[in-house]
Amino acid sequence: MIISSPWLHKKRGVDAVMRDVLLALIPGAAVSSVLHGPGILWNLLLCVGTALASEAILLHMRGRPVRRHLRDLSGTLTAALLALALPPWLPWWQPVLGTVFAIVMGKQLFGGLGYNPFNPAMLGYVVLLISLPVNMSVWPGHEAHGFMPWPYVFGQSGVESLDGFSGATPLDTIRTGLSQQLTLTELAPSLESHHHLLLALGWLAGGAYLLWRRVISWRIPVAMLVGMAIPAMIFSIIDPDRYAGVGFHWLYGASIFGALFIATDPVSGSTTPRGRLIYGLGIGFLTWLIRTFGGYPDGVAFAVLLMNICVPLIDQYTPTRVYGTRPRKTS
Amino acid sequence: MFGRKKAGFPGGVVLEGHKLYGQAGRTRAAPIPKELVYPLEQHIGQAARPVVAVGDLVQRGDVLARADGFVSAPIHASTSGTITAIEARPVPHTSHLAATCIVLTADGKDTTRGEPLWPIPSHPEKLTHEQLIGIVREAGIVGLGGAAFPSAVKLNPKDTARVDTLILNGAECEPYISCDGAAMIEDAEAIVRGAGLLKTLIKARQVLIGIEDQNTQALAQMQAACKAVGDRCVFVKTVATRYPQGGEKQLIQTLTGLEVPSEGLPIDIGIVVHNVGTAAAIWNAVTEGQPLTERIVTVTGSGVQHPANLRVRIGTPIRALIDACGGYRTQDGLRLLMGGPMMGVDLADDNLPVVKATNCILAGTRDDLAPPPDPMPCIRCGDCVEVCPASLLPQQLYWHARAHEFDKAQTLNLSDCIECGCCAEVCPSNIPLVQFYRFAKTEIRVADQERRKADQARARHEFRAERLEREKQAKEEARRRKREELAARQAAQKAADAAAPDAPADSADKAPSPAVQAALEKARQRLQAETAQNAPSGEGDDA
Repeated sequence: MIISSPWLHKKRGVDAVMRDVLLALIPGAAVSSVLHGPGILWNLLLCVGTALASEAILLHMRGRPVRRHLRDLSGTLTAALLALALPPWLPWWQPVLGTVFAIVMGKQLFGGLGYNPFNPAMLGYVVLLISLPVNMSVWPGHEAHGFMPWPYVFGQSGVESLDGFSGATPLDTIRTGLSQQLTLTELAPSLESHHHLLLALGWLAGGAYLLWRRVISWRIPVAMLVGMAIPAMIFSIIDPDRYAGVGFHWLYGASIFGALFIATDPVSGSTTPRGRLIYGLGIGFLTWLIRTFGGYPDGVAFAVLLMNICVPLIDQYTPTRVYGTRPRKTS
Repeated sequence: MFGRKKAGFPGGVVLEGHKLYGQAGRTRAAPIPKELVYPLEQHIGQAARPVVAVGDLVQRGDVLARADGFVSAPIHASTSGTITAIEARPVPHTSHLAATCIVLTADGKDTTRGEPLWPIPSHPEKLTHEQLIGIVREAGIVGLGGAAFPSAVKLNPKDTARVDTLILNGAECEPYISCDGAAMIEDAEAIVRGAGLLKTLIKARQVLIGIEDQNTQALAQMQAACKAVGDRCVFVKTVATRYPQGGEKQLIQTLTGLEVPSEGLPIDIGIVVHNVGTAAAIWNAVTEGQPLTERIVTVTGSGVQHPANLRVRIGTPIRALIDACGGYRTQDGLRLLMGGPMMGVDLADDNLPVVKATNCILAGTRDDLAPPPDPMPCIRCGDCVEVCPASLLPQQLYWHARAHEFDKAQTLNLSDCIECGCCAEVCPSNIPLVQFYRFAKTEIRVADQERRKADQARARHEFRAERLEREKQAKEEARRRKREELAARQAAQKAADAAAPDAPADSADKAPSPAVQAALEKARQRLQAETAQNAPSGEGDDA
């Protein structure tokens, strides 16, 4: 109930913000579908459907207005982000499991929209990554075009059958290659760089739209890419045969997608201007660290979740300088 | 990030203007109504004290109520007529409560006394600082930008030597309001001359007049007026059209790059800010001997037939202004505000008087002032942080205010919030943020007052206990001294006795004077008589 000024209100509500992000995902999702086949769209369908159903049930159990909160599109967005992070043609129950975990454990049990300390999509992704690591790191190449997916949708795990035309991700290739004492120069030909360039361009187009619409600010994405670039640059200069350079880290894996769509999740991210820079730098650095020295090929999801934990601390220690005051001492 | 460079202050929002600048120069006088109502409290500070009684005949310019205290302002009759009541009437205030008002029934003649209330100086610039303050005070001039702070108090800085810059605020940043714009176009010369006068008298080095770049006509008029007046230290400055550019602190930052210290005043950094309309009112008061009895009011909004700026006598009912603008367009979803849509006060109905602070009457409908959808949870998007012109963290203040953690809200400088409403305007969740801040500020103020009261009570109690203790000690001290004195005297006597046993004084003591002996004899006789009287009763055996 509004009983005092201001009486003007911007028309753009939460649903409009979420809708903008969903729209911004379209170019990247389209590129991904072309590269990886219609399995991407199947994932989207599966995850969004699961998200809406599980959110509706949880909202009903919590006695919240179901329709109103489904319309805010936040659950749909979480599902879409998770779907786009998953490789296609997983056994159907895996995206469903991930989505249910993201929506139920990651969001609704914490109090629903606005109250989740962790990025729900990444929570769902990490659950699947830890529980089913083999399935999660296999992405079919463009050979998947024209492939009839339906036997695999409801049938056995697709991995064995996909063997013939699927490949490990570039990050995985590098990882395995390096552990076999190969140098990056020797590994370079096995990377299909133009695919990833296309994908990155797709995400960048969406990110540009979000920046233009002022849905996201530049701080987190830029800071994340910088946080990744600084250690990558230093280490690749020291030993270019064992450490990948800045361009590689930016273009491969989930860097661009993560910087523009995952790290920018407002609810679980830092809110202060300086805090957002620190938060982004932290995600970038941790991603590089996990990729380079960790046990997983990509680290964006872990890095985001780890930095989610730090958000209250970051926000506490990065106050703004208020008009007419000296820089505030944090206590 | 780029906001500071562009607008001169960080944050802020771009809002649709809905201004009536196209109509400037055509400000009409609103008709004088039959009944005018003057709330005694229409300025910041102490309410004025009525000096008229029911039945008194007054003329335009007569004092109805005197200033009561330092921060206060007198109220003058804005037309001639009869005082018909001094009673509680609803007033335009956010509380929707009634307050004491003087009610004047106009006689329609609109006569004045003829002579000015104070001598009109032939050379205004030769007035002394005190004389100027006296006139501004007598004229009942308050800040016409909407805050209604008594102008004389602002002109009375303790140390005039410290005033560097006088800023005139012509940055009418709130949508819909265009009364200052009208004043700048129609009274440009009075404003510039008033500014020059104020500058001379408060010994400011320069005058900066800030006008938004959207108001091109006002900029042109004011620049022309400056040229005509020929004061080399009065500068018209174009500022970006961005809300809240016209906020006092923001305009200071834009024009000088300085910030008013937290919990301080502009004068602390050598700056005095007045509204352009106020400068014109001061000039008119000085040169024509006119008190403040009328002002320009913007009557606008999608609910009004023909929006316009009007010259309105203070005390005119708002309904009369609406009628002067062709009446309401619709009653459906109508919402009446005094002031703009960002900081205005909502009015219960149109049966309220125009006061000195009334810069705009905004009659909105669902087209322009639609109530927002119900609030959603905060999604921490940080839009509020981006637009806060005070660089606060609105979203964190909101959590603290909501959780009643007022001490934490205070460490985040809640008191520096100017309640401009940018945060609530951009909030995608439609959270009434400013409402939460007002609530927290009120709670903090109440707690402060209570603490102060408790402190006073404790101090009073401690003082009383101390006083009682002191009195007790003093009493004891006196008693002890008496005892000592007595002991000393007795000791002295003993010593004297021992030294001279047959001293004459001593014998005199033992042999009472004849008068005393006579008295003793009398007493003895009376006692005997009483004993004899009591004896028959049989009770006085022992006597």
